[in-house]
Amino acid sequence: MCGIVGLFLKSEALRPELGRLTALMLHEMRDRGPDSAGFAVYDAPEEVTKITCLSTTGDTDWRAIDADLERHLDAEVTTTVVEDHAILRTSGDGSAARKRIIEIAPCVTVLSVGRSIELFKGIGDPDDVAERFGLAGRSGAHAIAHTRMATESAVTTAGSHPFSTGADTCLVHNGSLSNHNRLREALETRGESFQTENDSEVAAGYMSWRMREGDDLRAAVEHALRDLDGFFTFAIGVRDGFAVVRDPIACKPAVIAETDEWVAMSSEFRAIDKLPGVAHAEIWEPQPGRIYTWSHANRAAA
Amino acid sequence: MTQNTEFDLTKHTVRELNAALHAAEEGSFTVLNTGGAHALACGLNAPLEVTLKGHAGYYAGGMNKEASVVVEGNVGTGCAENIMSGVVRVMGDASQSLGASGHGGLVVCEGSASARAGISMKGVDIVVGGDVGHMSGFMAQAGRLVVLGDAGADLGDSIYEAEIFVRGDVVSLGADCEQKPMDPAHVDALGALLRQAGLDADPASFTRYGSARTLYNFHIDNAGEG
Repeated sequence: MCGIVGLFLKSEALRPELGRLTALMLHEMRDRGPDSAGFAVYDAPEEVTKITCLSTTGDTDWRAIDADLERHLDAEVTTTVVEDHAILRTSGDGSAARKRIIEIAPCVTVLSVGRSIELFKGIGDPDDVAERFGLAGRSGAHAIAHTRMATESAVTTAGSHPFSTGADTCLVHNGSLSNHNRLREALETRGESFQTENDSEVAAGYMSWRMREGDDLRAAVEHALRDLDGFFTFAIGVRDGFAVVRDPIACKPAVIAETDEWVAMSSEFRAIDKLPGVAHAEIWEPQPGRIYTWSHANRAAA
Repeated sequence: MTQNTEFDLTKHTVRELNAALHAAEEGSFTVLNTGGAHALACGLNAPLEVTLKGHAGYYAGGMNKEASVVVEGNVGTGCAENIMSGVVRVMGDASQSLGASGHGGLVVCEGSASARAGISMKGVDIVVGGDVGHMSGFMAQAGRLVVLGDAGADLGDSIYEAEIFVRGDVVSLGADCEQKPMDPAHVDALGALLRQAGLDADPASFTRYGSARTLYNFHIDNAGEG
């Protein structure tokens, strides 16, 4: 069991409230996932690339990594440390930076890379994780978040969701994949690099690979439905929007609600019940095997 | 006139609500601010009238006996699971496993129900005003599942002696489920059930499905399949 929430704001006026509303939703999903939690917030794209990193030992010398990256990328890097996370901003190549950090700093997990995304995760009570990383105070256009009850791999911060392996792409997962080991090997030969043993990270890597191959979000999810074996409800974030999909057997729950102001998805309705204007929302259970996407550029559910 | 007791779930816990409902022998109860909470009005054992004014989470009206529970909203997984008697009415949509393993009584969903409606039902009558999802009536043993809309894939898979009536289209029938003739007696009985459920539909417009009874006994040709 895990809990998923996703919130996509149609209304620009609500953007300062994104973090607060996401935190309310996450709170309701605490008992679906008491082991760990995480969230990804997408704000307006910055000029530079943001690389969110986690120190798995807690004593990482961020200044040394910053300095190494500046040499390696031949570009300026500025680092903001938030608890055991750090956000490195650079005008240099984000994927080269990710690769370099993984190479030189074994105690650092690169959580996300992109101009929009910032991603935080931690073990323990989801409310504490939200509090530690100031979720409620964050603004943005959309967010996805996750509370984890571990089944397929250990309870570690690095093994918490969301998972991101490509620029501004991340994924949260309720379920378990049965073909993740073979898929991980196949993706590694295609250039994806993984930092955990977690099955959901493989799904995130799969999405990133498909999109690098030229798929848009919908096409990538269509491929995922064909190639991923197991149980899943996914919420997938990209720079411009998000997608929701359930496997065809649909053992893992999901509910979607939409108003003129927002689209919300969650494992259970009680997370959505706290949102403003919910009494006027259209509420439905996503059909098994059907892909639902929303984008800020083209605000139509497909 | 029966006295009505109000429970506001912003002021009371679900446990307090259910304890009060278990202690009552009669009366009507209205529950406010349901907020999608789980296990609302579960395990009732007396002829109470309970109205949930809003959406409910998992197992709403579960294990019901004698009581009449109305949900003025949607319900999550397992609404009215293992119902023994009484009525559970959902005015919105239901998630999966509606009326699962129900032994008796009546479950009405005025909207649609998702996957596995009536899974392993054992005598309950389930009437759905809209559609039902895949694997509905899976291993259904007794009782009636009535669908005014369409049914998803693998309807009535491994069904025993339950009856299924569908007015709309069926994506596919599950293993050992087949169409059955609709005799005048079936039309009359279905008409009575639809009236009891308060849903308006011509009983003659339904198709009846049931067990082909080919899985009842071991058959050597089935061994090693799949």
